[in-house]
Amino acid sequence: MTATGIGAPAAVRPGTLGTSPPRPDGIAKVQGTFEFSSDIGGDGALWGATLRSPHPSARIVRIDVTPAWKIAGVETIITADDVPGKPTYGLIDQDQPVFARDVVRYVGEPVAAVAADHPETCRRALEAIVVEYETLTPLLDPELVVEGSAPPIHPNGNVLRHQRIVHGDPDATGDVVVEGTYELGMQDQAFLGLEAAYAVPDSGGGGVDLHVATQWLHEDRGQIAACLGLPDERVRLVLGGVGGAFGAREDISLQVHTCLLALRVGRPVRMHYSRAESFIGHVHRHPATIWMRHHATGDGEIVKVEARLVFDGGAYASTSSAVLLNAITHTQGPYRCPNAVVEGWAIRTNHLPSGAMRGFGVVQACFAHESQLDRLAEALEIDPVEIRLRNAMRTGDRLITGQIMDSVAPVERCIRETVALPFPDEPVGGVDGDPMRLPGGAGLTADPSHVVRGIGYGVAMKNLMYSEGFDDYSTARCRLADGVVTIKVATAEVGQGFVTLAQQIARSVLGVDDVVLDRIDTDIGSAGSTSASRQTWMSGGAVDAACRAVRRRLLDHVATEHGLDADRLTIEGTEVVDVDGDLRVDVADASAGVDVDETAEYHHRPTHDLDELGQGDCHTAFAFVAHRAIVDVDPGLGLVKVVQVATAQDVGVALNPMSVIGQIEGGIAQGLGLAVMEEIIQVDGRIRNASFTDYLLPTMLDMPPVVASLVEEPEPLAPLGAKGVGEPPCISATPAIVAAIRDALRQAGRTHRIDRVPVRPIDIIGLS
Amino acid sequence: MSEHYSLHVNGRDHDVRDAWLGENLLYVLRERLGLLAAKGACEQGECGSCTVTLADELVCSCLVLAASAVGQSIVTVEGLAPPGRPTDVQQAFVDTGAVQCGFCTPGLIIAAHDLLDRDPDPSELTIREELSGNVCRCTGYGRIIEAVQRVAVARREAST
Repeated sequence: MTATGIGAPAAVRPGTLGTSPPRPDGIAKVQGTFEFSSDIGGDGALWGATLRSPHPSARIVRIDVTPAWKIAGVETIITADDVPGKPTYGLIDQDQPVFARDVVRYVGEPVAAVAADHPETCRRALEAIVVEYETLTPLLDPELVVEGSAPPIHPNGNVLRHQRIVHGDPDATGDVVVEGTYELGMQDQAFLGLEAAYAVPDSGGGGVDLHVATQWLHEDRGQIAACLGLPDERVRLVLGGVGGAFGAREDISLQVHTCLLALRVGRPVRMHYSRAESFIGHVHRHPATIWMRHHATGDGEIVKVEARLVFDGGAYASTSSAVLLNAITHTQGPYRCPNAVVEGWAIRTNHLPSGAMRGFGVVQACFAHESQLDRLAEALEIDPVEIRLRNAMRTGDRLITGQIMDSVAPVERCIRETVALPFPDEPVGGVDGDPMRLPGGAGLTADPSHVVRGIGYGVAMKNLMYSEGFDDYSTARCRLADGVVTIKVATAEVGQGFVTLAQQIARSVLGVDDVVLDRIDTDIGSAGSTSASRQTWMSGGAVDAACRAVRRRLLDHVATEHGLDADRLTIEGTEVVDVDGDLRVDVADASAGVDVDETAEYHHRPTHDLDELGQGDCHTAFAFVAHRAIVDVDPGLGLVKVVQVATAQDVGVALNPMSVIGQIEGGIAQGLGLAVMEEIIQVDGRIRNASFTDYLLPTMLDMPPVVASLVEEPEPLAPLGAKGVGEPPCISATPAIVAAIRDALRQAGRTHRIDRVPVRPIDIIGLS
Repeated sequence: MSEHYSLHVNGRDHDVRDAWLGENLLYVLRERLGLLAAKGACEQGECGSCTVTLADELVCSCLVLAASAVGQSIVTVEGLAPPGRPTDVQQAFVDTGAVQCGFCTPGLIIAAHDLLDRDPDPSELTIREELSGNVCRCTGYGRIIEAVQRVAVARREAST
């Protein structure tokens, strides 16, 4: 388990790489003293709140805020007229208004904001603002845009991205051809810590401090500063404790509004979203319709994939273009595929905006390609595991983009290790007839004799880091003073445990046990986003580089002190050691009186845009995973219970095995949610289930035991040998569960297909 | 907004002044008494993040009108143990990896203590059933179940 690139053979020392030390914020979190962004901002702060559009598409005829001003306790009211800088923002295209001015394009679009002395005063003020709308017919069907029959609903047009991939021989055919059309509903990240921010204006109003739960402090800062009309350095961001993220905090939500209100009133302002507001206040996973056709030889070798992907991007661009890139470049999945014709569309509609969520486009593609692999196996009458093994990608294979797969690619091993994991002890239909063990639980009374057990597989490939030429570097600073290491990064800790990993890296590289983490803020260079499974690689690489720079200076110091050549010195465990002599001195002693401070940036290798035919080295690196799901189904009642999920995941090196397991189990839970529970329902452009009562999240009773195997083959491209582990768990868990449901239905003699997630009872019964 | 009442929280009486009677217990604990451990995540009793005990019963504090809790004993995570001296349940959550973002954690800690006080030897199914009112979006629950089991075993071993 020793990481490549770590000079010291220190992997067994507690708290170093390869061990699972407790989180540095763990005790504060269990005792309730950890400061989440919603806990920040005390006496004297005003409350902010946002007025939102009730219509998916409408012209704003008139806004009258005067009735709201008459409410005691209201301190300010702002609209589009009060945005001093750039009127729009956005991660890739700045097409989203801070406040709607002439038109609103989705239910929930901000129109105005207020600051007042109490949340209830805010609510009454919002109710008092008069907005007269002239409603328009919303554009809700992306296919109308693909057909070219929908007039533009935004000056930038309705096509957020259209990209083809044509690779190999587009006319190639196979002995066996299978096709299907797959649909995915809109999933919400549903982090528990609702959006919350606290803005403190400078006394002269020339700047602002913003405490906010976000995934990317520096990107937020740039967008906020542009809208405020301030230089970046006058907008200082501090990471407020983050209660989960999963992609939903990559875009701006309340950041600009909170700062605007605070600067306007010259007082600190807190803004907190409610759960209902959170559902419309951040971007979601793209709903998608994907048609795929696979050609294969009689032996089951994939000859060609054809695909057409239509992603509903909602009203604004967000990251739709990057999500679509991921989807189309992952249509082949973790399988060799010499020929491909793929066409992808990301479309603007009057639905809720879509953007980043864990898996980022690959979740959608994977549900389709894994459903197809099962169809292929069925057509060829071979085992679903066997079809995957026959096509499993290897290092050196050429992708459909023309890029060579040069990541470690243990696809076959992931599949074989998953298949070998033990089956659950639990008998079909539960233990001793306990109704809690049945599909549907105690309330829905499935009959044990009707329950059928199914088994299904899913395998996935996921790109790591950002793509298409984006240099998403990370910065870290390491200071060693009197035997204590201090690490400074702007890496958003969202729960994943980078704070633990940063300490582990420093302990391993520098032989110091006492590692302090400085505040996470914009007083250092960017760390890039906590997304794309990238922080272990990127910020891990930066922390490693900064610690190594400090180590060189420490060794130089010791060498000078002892009249030795610094090249003879290394750090073993907690000691500086002369490899050619007898000198052994504790790092703590060696660093007495020493104060060295180094900052390092880590950049991944450059990537490139795709050309018109979708060819180009657009991705940085890849990780792989396999899942096996076992489900009990009552086909008559349409009820499902997931009994077990087994997985083997390509992790490179498990730098913190407990954290890796945590990512795996948590990701599978979200994949299970998409498979059988979670969907934002929009009817006529209006969300119908913006609450945890109606949007169903997996509870402890829904989530089965997970058995996991970590496939450790160090990745030479990665600074610590480790791949990001956050996204893969939620990607192929979903198709594995759906495949298991299909298997159960097949055993029950049902012939209808299930090609949509989440799978609902009516889909299982066959009435949908 | 001129009501005045008193709440008994974590063994102490706390005055609540100038409050609006529409405020729920979660809001009053957090915003008026400065007891920030209980978290608000759904505002309708679905997620358990705001769990406290009221007269020894688990409640979602977002569903309780603060003024209706007058005269009853309320316990929040702050009342379980002094800072830096975690309970066995709290320590087990840290040790097993049951904490990621930590937002659901205070509610789960209260619920897990309550469970283990009532049932010192819960089966895995009992743990799942009893804690199913506490939603966690990060962990997939595996480590949380392990933490509760670990405490149950340790307490049994300590008592024999």
